[in-house]
Amino acid sequence: MLRLEKRPSPSAFWQKASPFLAVILTMIAGGIMFWILGKNPVEAIRTIFWDPLFNAQFASYSRPQLLVKAAPLILIAIGLSLGFRAGVWNIGAEGQYIMGAIFGAAAGLAVYPVESRLIFPAMLMAGALGGWLWAMIPAVLKTVFRTNEILVSLLLVYVAQNILAMMALGALRNPDGGGFPGSRNLSQIPAMANPEMVAGTGMHWGVVAAFMAVIAGHVLLQRHLLGFQIKLAGQAPRAARFAGVSPARLVIFCLGVSGLLAGLAGVFEVTGPAGQISIDFASGYGFTAIIVAFLGRLNPVGILFAGLLMALTYIGGELAQFMLSLPSAAIQAFQGMLLFFLLATDILTNYRIRLSQREAA
Amino acid sequence: MFGSIDPALLLAALMVNSVPIMLAATGELVTEKAGVLNLGVEGMMIMGAMCGFATAVVTGSPLLGFLGGALGALALSLVFGVLTQLLLTNQVATGLALTLFGLGLSSLIGQGYVGIKPPATGKLDLGPLAEIPFLGRALFAHDWMVYVSILLVAGVWWMLTHSRAGLILRAVGESHEAAHALGYKVTRIRFLAILFGGAMAGLGGAYISLVRVPQWTDGITAGAGWIALAIVVFASWRPWRVLAGAYLFGGVTVLQLNLQAAGSAIPVQYLSMAPYLITILVLVIMSSGRGKAALNAPACLGQNFHASR
Repeated sequence: MLRLEKRPSPSAFWQKASPFLAVILTMIAGGIMFWILGKNPVEAIRTIFWDPLFNAQFASYSRPQLLVKAAPLILIAIGLSLGFRAGVWNIGAEGQYIMGAIFGAAAGLAVYPVESRLIFPAMLMAGALGGWLWAMIPAVLKTVFRTNEILVSLLLVYVAQNILAMMALGALRNPDGGGFPGSRNLSQIPAMANPEMVAGTGMHWGVVAAFMAVIAGHVLLQRHLLGFQIKLAGQAPRAARFAGVSPARLVIFCLGVSGLLAGLAGVFEVTGPAGQISIDFASGYGFTAIIVAFLGRLNPVGILFAGLLMALTYIGGELAQFMLSLPSAAIQAFQGMLLFFLLATDILTNYRIRLSQREAA
Repeated sequence: MFGSIDPALLLAALMVNSVPIMLAATGELVTEKAGVLNLGVEGMMIMGAMCGFATAVVTGSPLLGFLGGALGALALSLVFGVLTQLLLTNQVATGLALTLFGLGLSSLIGQGYVGIKPPATGKLDLGPLAEIPFLGRALFAHDWMVYVSILLVAGVWWMLTHSRAGLILRAVGESHEAAHALGYKVTRIRFLAILFGGAMAGLGGAYISLVRVPQWTDGITAGAGWIALAIVVFASWRPWRVLAGAYLFGGVTVLQLNLQAAGSAIPVQYLSMAPYLITILVLVIMSSGRGKAALNAPACLGQNFHASR
């Protein structure tokens, strides 16, 4: 009979090792899923995890994509991880990402066709403001009315998607677009574009911001009192209250930062890789970032690597779709599975599994 | 603006539209009463919608379809049960994982089913009742699932308030330590509550793909699971209020769909976001009312239990 025994303190080894174990288990389970779908499991896993980086034919296209896809994931996940640590569950980052893109694009398009170096920074600020405002709705409702922030932030995603459709069809529609939905292509307007900085690397301003967010997140959690309070509130809420940590302030801060970063990610995306506000602009980064945050163990440096790995599954998934006609939904299920295994292997950190004689449990 | 809308048909559509959220919310209510917060309702509903649709198309029987839907979602809730009850994972995170996984898996299985029509679910013949002028068309001319769902709410109400099993379930949700000390199997009872919640979410999902829409498209549940979760809070964990809440949201949905169809001057997107905005509004009102809704929440909601002795 297997029995769980609580460890006196979390195992440092398994804290580091469990994400790796989870990835391996996901590859095995994913392989089985691909096999059921009638694909060669080894080939499928290789196409997803190996070919985008090392295949002579595809790598030149795929490698730059890694940073392009990872940047928004990392940026959003860093913000989310702060809240998750404090027990503030913002799961509506997708909505904040959309609102950021809309605010940013709207700020830029409002002054079109003025050419100025100040436009792009102004768009970034507008986007951050948009994401922040959208996150402030659940934050204020939580602090004033004790409304559950999980449900409110999530429901606001559906509202944001409708606003996006409204903008693509109405206010932000390209007046020279012949009546088609979608805004002007921002990536082709020099004052608003967020171009690739070094050809062939995928490096753009969003990637720079993501790296800066990783460093800032690390410093905040390791060196700053607020970071300590965030960790304390998550691990021992009562102790935190006695220590004078204001729960309301933490809610406002955590939701605010995650909204702000998600909004920024939205502007970087709409001015760069996506190029325009369109009905299908929302691509699920806000939800995948939740997996990234957990895969990185809510640790900024971990999130950096988790974001890159998750970006790899996106690119590999596209490649597998193209090469093996593996449905794109398979990748989505694969990513969901990864989160299951991550949470499941986490038990090794806090508990020992012991073989024991059967007893009254 | 309202001239072209027939009130009897509106009421009839309201009843049909509220079934999925009513079923899912009732299931989640039982799960939460046992002290488990399963945020994977959306994922379980869409798995139910997919499995129910596939079963009904393959077998040609809507009844088997509903059964298949319930089983599909139950399987997913089993994963949730194993993770949260045996491996003691965080319930919020596991629920999210369930939703993300369910959305992916359902769209994966569903690829071969796009554009097919499911077998029609039969109307329940209520004889003379259906002949009553206004009420007959509004209340007594529905498929059998509408009435089954109301019976299920009644059954859950009776079980929770009038049976020993309900008392034990509530005890486990209010204080798992005390229930454990009294000798009740906390983990086993919670497991059963999770499975019941899964099956009910599956029935609700199957109703969307078999009756309300009826066809299969990716993301067909469109947030119904999240609204169901909100309704449990709105109902302050009381079964009959779930019914009221489901009708309220069914009403809002029907009204906005009818306004869209009637070519109202309000842009379509404003109408489509109305159900979500009203859900938020109701959540705010319920949670602010001197903390009443919060006080009625099961005391151990969302907390994991590990018997150390």
